[in-house]
Amino acid sequence: MLTLMAIIIDGLVYASWVFVVALGLTLIFGVMKILNVAHGAFYSFGAYGAASLIGLYSQTGLPVAGGFAIIIFSAIGIGLVLGFALERVLLRPMYDHDEVVLVLVTYSAFLMMEDVLRLIWGSGAYFAYQPFVAVGFVEIGEMVISNYDLLLVGFAFSLGAAGWWLLTHSRFGHILTAVIHDREMATSFGVNVVKVFVITFVLGAILGALGGAVTAPKVSVTPGMGVEVIVLAFAVVAIGGMGSITGAMIGAVMVGLARAAAVHLFPEIELFVIYAVMAGVLAWRPEGLFTRVQARKI
Amino acid sequence: MTKDRTIAILMSVACLAVALGFVLPEWMLFLANIAIGKALVVLGLLLLWRCGVVPFGQALFFAGGGYAVGLLGLYFGLTDIFLLTVVAALVGGVLSALAGLLLARYRGIFFTMLSMAFSMILYGVLVKTEALGSTDGIGLKRVTLMGWKPDEHFELAMYIFAVLLGLISSAAMHVYLQSVPGRLAEPIRGNEVRVEYLGMSVRRLMHLNLIIAGVFAGLGGAVTAFSVGHIDPEMAYWTTSGGFVFITILAGTGSVLAPFVGALMFEVIRTLAFAYVPEYWQIILGGALLASIFFLPGGLWSLFTMLKERQSNDANH
Amino acid sequence: MWKFNSAVKAGSLAALVSVAGATAPMAQDTMKVGVVAFLTGGASGPFGIPARNAAELIIDAINNGDMPGAYATPGIGGAQIEPVYVDEAGGSTTQVTEMRKLVQQQGVGAIVGYISSGSCLAVAPVAEELKVLTVLFDCGTPRIFEESDYHYVFRTAPHATMDNVGAARYAMDSMDGITAYAGLNQNYAWGQDSWRDFTYVMKQLNPDAKITKELFPKIFAGEYGAEISALLISRSSVLHSSFWGGDLESLIFQATARGLPQRLPMILTTGETVASRLADKLPDGTIVGARGPHGMLANDSALNTWFREAYVKRFGEEPTYPSYHMAQGFLGLKSAADKAAAAKGSAPDTEETIAAFEGLEFEAIGSTVKMSLAGGHQAISETAYGTFKFNKETGTPEITNVVRYAAECVNPPAGQSSVDWLKAGMPGATCN
Repeated sequence: MLTLMAIIIDGLVYASWVFVVALGLTLIFGVMKILNVAHGAFYSFGAYGAASLIGLYSQTGLPVAGGFAIIIFSAIGIGLVLGFALERVLLRPMYDHDEVVLVLVTYSAFLMMEDVLRLIWGSGAYFAYQPFVAVGFVEIGEMVISNYDLLLVGFAFSLGAAGWWLLTHSRFGHILTAVIHDREMATSFGVNVVKVFVITFVLGAILGALGGAVTAPKVSVTPGMGVEVIVLAFAVVAIGGMGSITGAMIGAVMVGLARAAAVHLFPEIELFVIYAVMAGVLAWRPEGLFTRVQARKI
Repeated sequence: MTKDRTIAILMSVACLAVALGFVLPEWMLFLANIAIGKALVVLGLLLLWRCGVVPFGQALFFAGGGYAVGLLGLYFGLTDIFLLTVVAALVGGVLSALAGLLLARYRGIFFTMLSMAFSMILYGVLVKTEALGSTDGIGLKRVTLMGWKPDEHFELAMYIFAVLLGLISSAAMHVYLQSVPGRLAEPIRGNEVRVEYLGMSVRRLMHLNLIIAGVFAGLGGAVTAFSVGHIDPEMAYWTTSGGFVFITILAGTGSVLAPFVGALMFEVIRTLAFAYVPEYWQIILGGALLASIFFLPGGLWSLFTMLKERQSNDANH
Repeated sequence: MWKFNSAVKAGSLAALVSVAGATAPMAQDTMKVGVVAFLTGGASGPFGIPARNAAELIIDAINNGDMPGAYATPGIGGAQIEPVYVDEAGGSTTQVTEMRKLVQQQGVGAIVGYISSGSCLAVAPVAEELKVLTVLFDCGTPRIFEESDYHYVFRTAPHATMDNVGAARYAMDSMDGITAYAGLNQNYAWGQDSWRDFTYVMKQLNPDAKITKELFPKIFAGEYGAEISALLISRSSVLHSSFWGGDLESLIFQATARGLPQRLPMILTTGETVASRLADKLPDGTIVGARGPHGMLANDSALNTWFREAYVKRFGEEPTYPSYHMAQGFLGLKSAADKAAAAKGSAPDTEETIAAFEGLEFEAIGSTVKMSLAGGHQAISETAYGTFKFNKETGTPEITNVVRYAAECVNPPAGQSSVDWLKAGMPGATCN
């Protein structure tokens, strides 16, 4: 019973984390049809940025709540800069190319950004535990849950809700949906698709950086953290389907619960349970759980 | 119509390579062996690329071939190079036949991700299993050629073997690409439905192509294992697959010689970057890939064909 | 000097055909030494950079004859060291390539390097083939000399079996009432082997204790929420972990934030590397090891005092065990070369140095090293474990209740493999 509760809680916490990390990727994937490998770099830049800023900030002795503000704003800043730069320089010239070529462009961008990260921040590890530790923890019987993790769950929910509202109730959301469904049709209706792409990519970059920024207080920020996260984010996107926020949520929950169950019950398979889930879902629904059915072009 | 001189060109390149092998320093031969091992995998990728899919999981069969060689040596004491090569090819073929049962139905990004998922599952199994050496891997006994032990000139012997294997494989691929199923690769990429209307089963063709690519990847794994003398789960990691895709882009898909050119170029770039800018070699590599995509979308090979065209244009005037 | 002729051959051949440019053959009284460690990647922060720093320090000190005591003579067997640094990143294929280049293109006379067991296993046979004296300074797997014999390869640090035997012994000696224990190790060879060795010893010393959880998260996972939950409800007495680097630090933050260390004390076999860095963030009562008597666990000696002062002065932080191991590698090399030179009366060649190295006993920084196993190629030394405490008055991290275990207590005897020795219940172990 206790184990079951632990699995559910851990699964939800992990799912929330994965969701925040993968949301940007699924957005870019859905709208622009690009599997953005550089998402891992947005994540690491976000983490490093937040970690170093929080580190500096905590030395000033101002209230810890500022640390949370730093997380949000540093992520926005980094996402804006990196997103705009990458889109303008690398992606814009390549929009009419094969989607696979675009993936490779983002892959090279990822390689380069990892080294740029090291140029800026060096090889050492950074930590910014202050916000994590400051909010304390709550005990439920024998289980102890960090309040930061609970905040993360709430944050993920809000992000998901905001995203859903954006897509279904705002004008921009409707335009996005149109572009997701059929880019050419949207263009013929007068939508400035390139502008939509830019906004989407920057938004995705911000979300990626946000994923890193919320992670920074929990971990020791080290080089190479981006590599690990990419595959995870891919798995969620693959499971959830292109561009679907609901899909990303369900995918995150599946991945989170599977991993938590593995850790508690079958630690031996923990290493590849996520890939097995991904392979399983794709075997059953080749385009992910929530993709729109696409008409075959003759 | 110009005669297809590819096989003749392949043979002369191979002869030149073997001759060079006697004068080049050993570490260069070693580098060349690694490059040929990668090029063999990329030969398979070339075929799949022409079909319009980009697998990010060829490392699965590459590792399969390598581990087959290693385990046969470790548990059964088998060291004959010819036997091991055949087994590696078989293992690559069987693994890809199994994976292809599922993969052949997918295209695009989902094909890519599913193939990556499969190779990461193998990676996980290899890391977990202590009997297979876990992340430390397994050391290989030196291979023998029909009982002969090339102790003093091992690297040279491996090099000659690799070059010859490369020759045979690229010639075979070339012949396949000229055959009916081979020629259908590009049409599959263009419009599958029409290929079906021609009476061909696209799924069966894709499955066949996947098996062929798997066999080549297994051969590549074997060649690499022979030379390095060590196998580890890194051979199945997604960044290894990424390296193969990288070389495919760099090389272009214009000819069966292109993978070898591309792989050699990749190894040279990587070695130089490692030697001179050891802390930032990824920038160099990423930059090279970007440059290749932006300025030479057809890969290095397209440079060669452009020069050839210009030559024949000049000749015609 | 060493490998002078083959260096000339390789050098001129490379100069003829080389793409990357050849180097001139070495002069008579300098020797090129390859130094290999992780300069990039996740292992560079905790291990590679401290090792490289130590290499720079020790090489300068050896060249200038700055070291106290027996090592005051400049040079290795009289030769000045010219280091060639190589990044250990890129996988075993890359390391094999780089080793060949070091020998055949750069003409190094010796190599000191390798942190990762995978690298060590891959390059050892290549070192034999190339006939280059190679000193493995840090990698942990016992497999190197237990699976093959080597003439040219030496390891100047004990292997990882010692760490986990020491951990188990210390846990049993310093804690009462261990009824159940759990393991949290990274899911790769290092973590798997560490846990396996620890459980063998625990079964011997405390057969009634239960194993509650055996957790193996992916290396570099960074996020251990589920594992910490599992441990919180596991009702164990002590936790064994061979975590290192960023993973270790993340684990400590996340565990502390949820009150795990209060409920479940941890044994960190590489804990010394984070003791200075984390300072008051490392929970009091954590048992830490340093893979030998290194860092804060080192014995007092003139050499140790000199090393720590020089290191802090040059690099601004305390040296940790990777630094000690690297220094140890060079001190072993110097001892052997100096010994061979003294016997010969002039600069020794590779074979003479190897002969002197086999079975050598030399003073390392704060410890004594004996090349006792594998025909004199594998080192053993004592080990030390202690309990961490942050001294709030002085604001400095301390390790208290230090217990030292003799080399013959925690290392297998010559001729028996580590796993066999552990399975048999550690016969012949002589402990104080």
